Parts: sequence; structure tokens; C-alpha cells
Amino acid sequence: MAGKSKLSIVTNGLLKENPSMVLVLGTCPTLATTSTVANGFGMGISAMAVLICSNIVISMLRKVIPDKVRIPCYITVIAGFVTIVQFILQAYMPALYSSLGLFIPLIVVNCIILGRAEMFANKNTIFDSALDGLGMGLGFTMALVLMGTIREICSQGTWLGYRIIPASVDGMGIFSLAPGGFFVFAIIMAGIHYITRDKSKIRKEFGLGGVEDMKLAEEELKRQQEEEKARKAAKEAA
Amino acid sequence: MATSLIVIIISMVLVNNYPLAQFLGICPFLGVSNDVESAKGMGIAVTFVMVVATAVTWPIMQLLYKLDLAYLQTLIFILVIAALVQLIEMFMKKSMPALYTALGVYLPLITTNCTVLGVCISNIDDGYNYIQSLTQAFGAGIGYLFAMMIMSNVRTRLVDQEDIPAPFRGVPIVLITAAILSLGFMGFNGLFS
Repeated sequence: MAGKSKLSIVTNGLLKENPSMVLVLGTCPTLATTSTVANGFGMGISAMAVLICSNIVISMLRKVIPDKVRIPCYITVIAGFVTIVQFILQAYMPALYSSLGLFIPLIVVNCIILGRAEMFANKNTIFDSALDGLGMGLGFTMALVLMGTIREICSQGTWLGYRIIPASVDGMGIFSLAPGGFFVFAIIMAGIHYITRDKSKIRKEFGLGGVEDMKLAEEELKRQQEEEKARKAAKEAA
Repeated sequence: MATSLIVIIISMVLVNNYPLAQFLGICPFLGVSNDVESAKGMGIAVTFVMVVATAVTWPIMQLLYKLDLAYLQTLIFILVIAALVQLIEMFMKKSMPALYTALGVYLPLITTNCTVLGVCISNIDDGYNYIQSLTQAFGAGIGYLFAMMIMSNVRTRLVDQEDIPAPFRGVPIVLITAAILSLGFMGFNGLFS
């Protein structure tokens, strides 16, 4: 990541590579926990905490972890931090804990966190990885709050509990249910596609092409490794 | 007993369908539903892994309760599931090559599929016994397969439709499809009082 400023690592996660809206990772919590702003915000912050901590630890251990067993190692680190977050929420925010429910332990299998460990933390310095975690986490939180805002205002007429639309107007309850989640997500993504239609010709959609994408990702990884090798060879020659 | 098991299956397939009502396993639901064959493969593989994972994690949880280590649930479950998927893959490769060629590619994707961990944890949270847990896992898998089949059949008819507005092409139209499908599944709400 030479030549890239520290700031760009953070902003990268916010807009250009926003994990849930552009990369389409971590769709389950994006849809499931955004029926209100408070839930979405809580989920975003929890995931961000796990993401920053696991990025730091994995980046520290990047020279120690053998390549072949790296995925189980990452999962262990992530699961450890998720358990910590689970305890903290249970102790200090029991209301949030019970409304997020099953989705707190499921942060473990949130593809954003494993994805960043694989794509960023295992080849960058500790500080950069922490910044990347911060940026990605903020981007994720932002996306969740946006979803939560639309869904809460449409379904209950409130934002974070404050009334926006007068109570005499009936809310559209469907927005807090499953179809509303899918629908709002689709509209937001279509909006993003519309805004960025000329700027990004190649849209990365990791995790959406399933098997083909895994192949693509593997090829990408191979290419990167080869590049690194070539760079090393060039350095040695110099 | 038997009726309660049937109720569990029906509720998992229709009322609490994992991808369409509970938002679990959305990534592969959107990603692998491009064509019917791979959707079927993924659905069957998920069902299989869910049942096996529940069969293993339920007794482990009882052991954790006994040792007063229940807080290790998340950590132990995900490691057990990851190891189990690897084991199933190796076993299939060796002894069931035909099944492996059909399902093999989907197995590595399943470790990070939240449905498997989700069903294992919700079995414990719901306080189900062993038979009920296995039934719930099976029902959830069938529900997943069901949703995948419908979704992939709809999607194959959507491909190359030029009259979709440009910003909606790709993921958004798939999400809209999912929204309409889940609207349909909402009709099953209130099937059990």
C-alpha cells in the first residue's frame, strides 16, 4: 500500500469500497438488524469493534500463522473477540443484546471481517490494518444507519425514537418486516449504481458470484503473489 | 410428539423460512442462485451439513453446560463446524466421489454460511431436545433448498431481460425479487397460533 495516504485507507471503506453497499458483503446483518436505527447502529458498532481488534491481532500474527491453516486461525481470533463483545453487550446494554439476539454470535461468520483479514490484514502493517478496520467498520455502520433510518421513518414515523412524522399518519408496517428490508436495500443499491454509473465500470461484487467469484478471487490472489515475487526478485537484483 | 415434529418442519420451511423471513444465509442465497442446478446443489449441501452439525454440536453444548463453559459456545461451535465441513469434504472425496463432484464445490462456502451456525445456536436457545433439534435443522435445510429453488427458477427467467432499468440490473433486481418472494412467504404468518 505504498504511496497511499493513511487517510485514504479510512475513506476507502467509507465510500469507494463500502462493505455492504458496494462490495455486497455482510448482507444478513444489513437486512436483519436494521428495522430501527438503534439496532442498526448497535450492530454496526459491535461489528466495527470486532473488525478493528481482529484486524490488529491478525496483522500482528501475519508472519506467525502458517498459510495452510490461516482461515481456522482467523476464525478463532474473530470468535474470541465476538465472545468479548457479546459479554459487554449482555452486561451494559441488555436491551440491545436481546433485540439483536442471534445476530451477535453470527458476527463470527460475517464475511466482511473474514474478508478484510484475508484481503488486508494479512499483508499490511498493524497500524494500517487498524485504520482499515476503522474505515470498513464506519462504512458498515453508516450503511446500517441509512437502512435503519429509512425503515424506521417509514414504518413508525420516528428516528431513534424521536417522532418525525406526526402520529396521526399511519406508518407502513411492512418496512420493518422482511420484505421491506429487501426492498429498501435494493432501492439504495440501485441509487448507488445510478450515481456511480460512469465512474466505476468494473464493479467488484465479491461474494455474489458464488463459486465463480471464489475462482476469480483465487486468481487474483495468485496474481498478487506473483507480483510480490517479481517485486522481491527486482529488489534483490537491485 | 410426532405432530410437534411436523409442526417444527412446516414452521421452518414456510413460516420462519431462513433466507426469506429471518435473513439468514443471504450471501449464498443471492450468490449461488444464478442457475437451478447449483442452487439445488447448494441447498442439499446446506441441509446435509446443518443436520450433521446439529447432531454434533447439541451433545457438545450439553457437555459445555456440565463443565460450566457455556460462554465458549460461539467459539467452539464455529470451530466444530469448520472442522466438520473439512471432514465431510475429505470423507466424500474418498468414499462418495459422485456426490463429491456434485456438492464438493459448495462445501467450503458453507463454513461461512450463517445458516449453519444460526441453526445450531437457535436449537440451543429454543431449548429443544435432541430429536427436535435434528428436526429443526432438517426443516431449516429444506426451507433453504425450497427458497433457493424458487429464487433460481425466477432468476433464470430474468437473465438477459433488457427492459430492466440500468441501475437495477444485477444485485438490485435480485433483491427486489427476494422482496416479492418474502412478501409471498409472509402469507404463511399466522399458520400456527
